[in-house]
Amino acid sequence: MKTALVGNKGKGVRSDCHITLEITETNGINISLNSKVAALFGESIKILVEEIFLFFEIKNANIVIEDSGALPFVLAARIESAIKKIIPSSKKYLLESNINNQYHTEKDRNRFSRLYLPGNSPSLMINSGVHKPNGIILDLEDAVAPDKKDEARYLVRNALKNVDFYGAERMVRINQIPLGLGDLEFIVPYNVNLILIPKCENADQIHQVNTKIEELKQKNNIKHQIWLMPIIESALGVMKSFEIATSADNVVALAIGLEDYTADLGTARTNEGNESFFARSMVVNACKAAGIQPIDSVFSDIADMEALKVNVLRSKALGFEGMGCIHPRQIKVIHDNFAPNSAEIDKAKKIVNAFIVAQEKGLGVVSLGTKMIDPPVVKRAQNSIDLAISMGKLNSDWREQEIAAQELQEKK
Amino acid sequence: MIFIFSEMKKTDGLVKNAIGKLVPTEVNGKPVVPYMGVGKYRPQGRKYAQLISTCADYPSDGNKLIPSLKEALIKSGLKDGMTISTHHHFRNGDLIAVQIFDIAAEMGIKDLVWYPSASFECHSPLIKYLEDGTIHHIEGSMNGSLGRFTSKGLMKGVGVLRSHGGRYQAVQDGDVHIDIAVIASPTADPFGNANGVDGPAACGLIGFALADSEYADKVIVVTDNLIPFPCIPWQIQGNNVDYVVQVEQVGIPEKIVSGTTEVTKSPDRLLLAEMTAKFCDQAGIIRDGFSFQAGAGGTALSIGIYFADILRDRGMKARFARGGSNKYLVNMLDEGLLEFILDGQTFDLDGVKSMRENPNHVNTSPFTSYNYHGKGNFAQLVDITILGATEVDLNFNANVVTHSDGVLLHGIGGWQNCLFSKCTILPIPLFRDRIPVIRDEVTTICGPGELIDVIVTERGIAINPLRKDLIEKLKNSDLPIKTIRELKDEAEKICGVPAKIEFEDEIVAIVKWVDGTVIDCVRKIKQK
Repeated sequence: MKTALVGNKGKGVRSDCHITLEITETNGINISLNSKVAALFGESIKILVEEIFLFFEIKNANIVIEDSGALPFVLAARIESAIKKIIPSSKKYLLESNINNQYHTEKDRNRFSRLYLPGNSPSLMINSGVHKPNGIILDLEDAVAPDKKDEARYLVRNALKNVDFYGAERMVRINQIPLGLGDLEFIVPYNVNLILIPKCENADQIHQVNTKIEELKQKNNIKHQIWLMPIIESALGVMKSFEIATSADNVVALAIGLEDYTADLGTARTNEGNESFFARSMVVNACKAAGIQPIDSVFSDIADMEALKVNVLRSKALGFEGMGCIHPRQIKVIHDNFAPNSAEIDKAKKIVNAFIVAQEKGLGVVSLGTKMIDPPVVKRAQNSIDLAISMGKLNSDWREQEIAAQELQEKK
Repeated sequence: MIFIFSEMKKTDGLVKNAIGKLVPTEVNGKPVVPYMGVGKYRPQGRKYAQLISTCADYPSDGNKLIPSLKEALIKSGLKDGMTISTHHHFRNGDLIAVQIFDIAAEMGIKDLVWYPSASFECHSPLIKYLEDGTIHHIEGSMNGSLGRFTSKGLMKGVGVLRSHGGRYQAVQDGDVHIDIAVIASPTADPFGNANGVDGPAACGLIGFALADSEYADKVIVVTDNLIPFPCIPWQIQGNNVDYVVQVEQVGIPEKIVSGTTEVTKSPDRLLLAEMTAKFCDQAGIIRDGFSFQAGAGGTALSIGIYFADILRDRGMKARFARGGSNKYLVNMLDEGLLEFILDGQTFDLDGVKSMRENPNHVNTSPFTSYNYHGKGNFAQLVDITILGATEVDLNFNANVVTHSDGVLLHGIGGWQNCLFSKCTILPIPLFRDRIPVIRDEVTTICGPGELIDVIVTERGIAINPLRKDLIEKLKNSDLPIKTIRELKDEAEKICGVPAKIEFEDEIVAIVKWVDGTVIDCVRKIKQK
């Protein structure tokens, strides 16, 4: 008789459950439930367990559930992965999808912040979307212990299907290739928007991932694009960053992972970041040359918001367009500081204004004061304006308002 | 005044009160009045009073020292059926309340009523005295283990839950007669003058004992920091005190006040705090000279910090803050963002020091802050009050004493009293683990919905439809304003619909409203 142990329990564990499952020969289904929500949900948990056993045609089993308030998608993932540890099955027990999870994302959407969520910790997933990151990352790689990799796949699959992330781009960091290829069948059919590929060092890794994605897309009749964000985390990866950035059409960004990179260099990671200046510049240049977004590493001191701010401003100055976060409180600081500041917005307004006036007058050359303005400068200014509007820092009718204010001024 | 509990029914005469709950008209052998609505019950008669004393009966040298607590209790006439009061100034570090009942049990005394201003986990040893009959029932709060014990129907009598203001009201009106009050004090002199600002167990103030010192038959002050007369300031006046006892230690300092109070690191709570502060701002409540009730919970603490940021940015200041003081409130006072702290309970050493040194940091009692049967009510003057709740229903009625599984786990504290502020906001998560906070009906009504204005959750903010003014002010807000029903549906979509809890008919505790009427009761948990 084989026993499967799945999930988490103990002090500090919330919104999760731990399953001890034995599949037996006789005596039917025996459910032992110890739940902090037993009074309110004990019956519904038992019904769910029976449904899942019926689905997998299990007639005799002893199951012990130690529940710290797991939502149904967590219970279902835990029980299914416990069953499959004992009896391999290609069947999938899926709860009805959350209709708010059907959205797809654009290639060039804002990716200022992306919040890492350990792939085997449901409590952090449930409210992650309410903090309004641009993206959430369900992490199957470094945040999951080796012996938990398997059960995390079920949890991440169910989270993609059932947790409302309130418009955040739904990302998954898969394991390193080749292990990560096995993660894909748990995410591709469930409307993942973007896949992060860790420790990327060549275009071939991207091709391997894309081949598997294509296979799964055909099998599951999926038409929309699934974006890739390779992570550069080694000296070799840095040297190959342009190759990786241009390896496929669905690569929308490169991220840099500085912990592993500095380890590879044999140096220590500092707040000033001199040791990674070259690598960061390489990644930014590779991305800009390839027309995709360069994304910076996470900042790990979650208590120091001032240092984070300095870090974001430095990152922005280097050309990065986003940064990872490991705590929801970092999101606002990252957004506020990647967003154009008021001086930048003012300057952009003047440039865009001058451009529109020049167009109205049929002038071929745009000038502001005595300075000529080149088309890329106008484009950048327009980008800043769009960004400021999208982040609520500027009204969308700013120009009408300014003209009205000017007219009022002239009347006086 | 001593009751013989042995032959009386625990409760009698159920009627439906004004909020639709079935409540008894007789509890522990005494008649009680069912809740009639906010402001509807009119008290009659004169206030209750102590017997007149003469100083001729007391030591002419003013030395009321008695060698031990036991002797003081014996001299106070401790006997079966008496009501003994204690206070929670030392919170989970209290060393005195349990000792009183150790002594009573050793003397074979039975059927005492314990009348604490609040109970903590450190009082769980009293369960053995509830079991052996030394204590008949508790009138105060039944937290944690005591609450679980009560919920199982194991207490001989019926628990009576009151707010801090309601406790003062009950004593003042004579609903509760205290036979012996034991006031554990950080500092006292032999005459009985006492305060909370000095001494190893300094806790800031001891205002919860004010009513007891004024109305109890016998008053015992217990201290571990005896100083020569006069003990200044005298938060408790020796003229009301019968005996003074010096002991080795009255409380465990690190469990009384923490050296530091920290704001929450929980991102979800910080989000609630941020949304609440933003709501207050958009509602136009944060303005020069406004006032607020500051709680000690992580969320409330963080809201105070957001308020301070807004005031600083705009060069404004708040007139006063009510409630528990801590480092953050003291910083606002010191920085000039706040003119007065009206302190009911001091939560950290910064608060204690500030109360000792800053005349604008004022000690208050439940009489000044909360008593509903007085000539006005401070609580009504406060612009914003931030409170918690275990559950809220679709009519905005809220629960703070029981959990959704029906178990009694908390006291009311100042919660009911604070509802009278101009804007009462409950920032609460939409669900805890899997348990939705917004229900069709709350398990126990502690506060009527007409006094609860706003529910802030991480997934949306519901404004009480009665507050048309707030709805109007927030109509163009970028905050996620929803109806309370939408919030409930959203939670149930995530968590599932919780089953209805079944109870036995037996009433294990009643919940008093601020005017002494019975707003709801807690029933025995059905054992499966």
